[in-house]
Amino acid sequence: MTAVQTATDTILEVNDLKTYIFTRAAVVKAVDGISFNLRKGETLGIVGESGCGKTMTALSLLRLVPKPAGRIVEGEIVLNGDDILQKSEDEMRDVRGRRISMILQDPQTSLNPVFTIGNQLREALGIAHKENKSSMLSRAVDALRKVNVAAPERRLDDYPHQMSGGMKQRVVGAIAMSCEPGVIIADEPTTALDVTIQLQYLRLLKEIQAETGLAIIFITHDFGVVARMCDRVAVMYAGRIIEQGDVRDIFSRPAHPYTQALINSVPKLEQSVDRLYSIDGQPPLLSNLPEGCRFAPRCPYVADKCYETYPTTYHLAEGHHADCWALDADWDGTPIEEFIPPTGSAG
Amino acid sequence: MQRFIILRLLQGLLAVFAISLIVFSLSRVAGDPLAAILDDESGKEQIELLRAQWGLDEPLHVQYFTYMRRLLTGDLGTSFKWDRPVAELILERLPATLQLSAFALLVTGVIAFPVGVISAVKKDSWFDTGGKMFAILGQSAPTFAVGLILMWIFAVQLGWLPTSGKGGVKHMLMPGFALGYYNVAAIMRLTRSSMLDVLDTEYVKLARIKGIPEWRIVWKHCFRNALIGPLTYFSLIFAIVITGSVVIETVFAWPGLGLMVIEAINSKDHITVQAVVMLFALLYVAVNIVTDITYAYVDPRIRYG
Repeated sequence: MTAVQTATDTILEVNDLKTYIFTRAAVVKAVDGISFNLRKGETLGIVGESGCGKTMTALSLLRLVPKPAGRIVEGEIVLNGDDILQKSEDEMRDVRGRRISMILQDPQTSLNPVFTIGNQLREALGIAHKENKSSMLSRAVDALRKVNVAAPERRLDDYPHQMSGGMKQRVVGAIAMSCEPGVIIADEPTTALDVTIQLQYLRLLKEIQAETGLAIIFITHDFGVVARMCDRVAVMYAGRIIEQGDVRDIFSRPAHPYTQALINSVPKLEQSVDRLYSIDGQPPLLSNLPEGCRFAPRCPYVADKCYETYPTTYHLAEGHHADCWALDADWDGTPIEEFIPPTGSAG
Repeated sequence: MQRFIILRLLQGLLAVFAISLIVFSLSRVAGDPLAAILDDESGKEQIELLRAQWGLDEPLHVQYFTYMRRLLTGDLGTSFKWDRPVAELILERLPATLQLSAFALLVTGVIAFPVGVISAVKKDSWFDTGGKMFAILGQSAPTFAVGLILMWIFAVQLGWLPTSGKGGVKHMLMPGFALGYYNVAAIMRLTRSSMLDVLDTEYVKLARIKGIPEWRIVWKHCFRNALIGPLTYFSLIFAIVITGSVVIETVFAWPGLGLMVIEAINSKDHITVQAVVMLFALLYVAVNIVTDITYAYVDPRIRYG
């Protein structure tokens, strides 16, 4: 195993991760060389359109890429100092749940309908703690209390279909966090919830994080949620991270045209618009990626160079970098600084 | 749960009532029962005498009520052929049929569920393909043919098993397998496809995220969910086994109800046939009720719904 130099408070480091899905017709490059790191107690947002590789990134971190078609072909995932890609399947089970865990998108389907939630919770707890029945019971009650489930003792015997969506998602959270992992991946955990419940859930995650120093990877397509939840953001497009940095930097000085467009597509209350902003075109097929910049066909600043080679990464500030030729000193196309976010009536 | 069971039992009672009507009408529609046992030379008075003795001169609805009243007291009539109470005959033959059917169901379950589950887990492997071939063979070969082929291999050529008759476990192996084999295919394929669906669900993903060993995910989280489809079919299978037993018992000279009913049909003993058909129908209703209750146990959403 290679000794990896990591800063003391870095809990997770991903280097040049590539996860491909091998179908009969083509190779789908779902995750195509991404790198990022995560510190203790930090929240990293991964943002992007559907199908840009966010969920596949999350599953790669748990080594749960759908088999046999999907495979992690390259890269390093360093969790607490050791590369989990070197581990055997047996060793991985000690990692999952205990060191890294995940909250899934849809609470309606992520609990097993034929077992009580007490059963499912105790099962998760049982992996880390081999104890007698009564102490397991009190651990399960504690886990539910932590996620603000009222009267947890009575809820243990309930089946998932007897609970509301928000309640189920809290139970899913309790299961994911029951073994006190250092990292938790939240894959659009509030998308399927009512708007009023969404906020509650996000606040709960923040509270738990403040208490436990949990590091969260928050996957979403909603920049509004990013602003509320995250310390740093990684913007994904077609299997790559095209820009990442501090939340404040990204919002005030988005460097990549795609990031700018994403931020602009969040409707603002104080402006009345006739049409909501949208990005023309569609992301490229991950099975048939263009040679150069993947955003080129939809980019308003595109130049010839963009179609030829994938841009280098340009460092803009501490921890803020983006992949775009327009950031180059020799760029002779439309300067990116002149980008004015479209407001009001467009065209 | 209690309410559910009571409701199901009442529905079962209704079904039994309907069945008794059908069985009764069919046996009357099939022709004059007397024509079967008396020859042309019988005198008119003799016929009238028998007709009155058996209540066949009464209107049909009166006959039906008499028939039902006797049925409820356990009087199934007297067999023409054996000249003994049918109830006695059935009690004598039933254990053998139940034994064989239970063994056939056991064979089905023991082969079909594990093979179905493993086929799904190891989809597209050589095991999956082999299972598929085995299933197709079972589904396409008629029960009696399977019985005869088995008999030729294991009794005639190898001499390992007795050709026919009832005795120890050895006697049961071939007829039991032949009777169960047809169903293996269906249950196996159903289990495989519902397992594939379940393996793809989010709650299985969550179970994996929890770090649970894979065998436990398969047998705890998936199997119970995947069971619901094949379970529906299991009651149908019972029907297939019961009807199949008529054929298999004949092939293997297994002294059960199936063999008896064939003999009764051959000698136009309609009282016996009627009683056995009624019994098979009752068993079928009972199995259906048990299946429904098992569902409710497996899936809490039915229990509370």
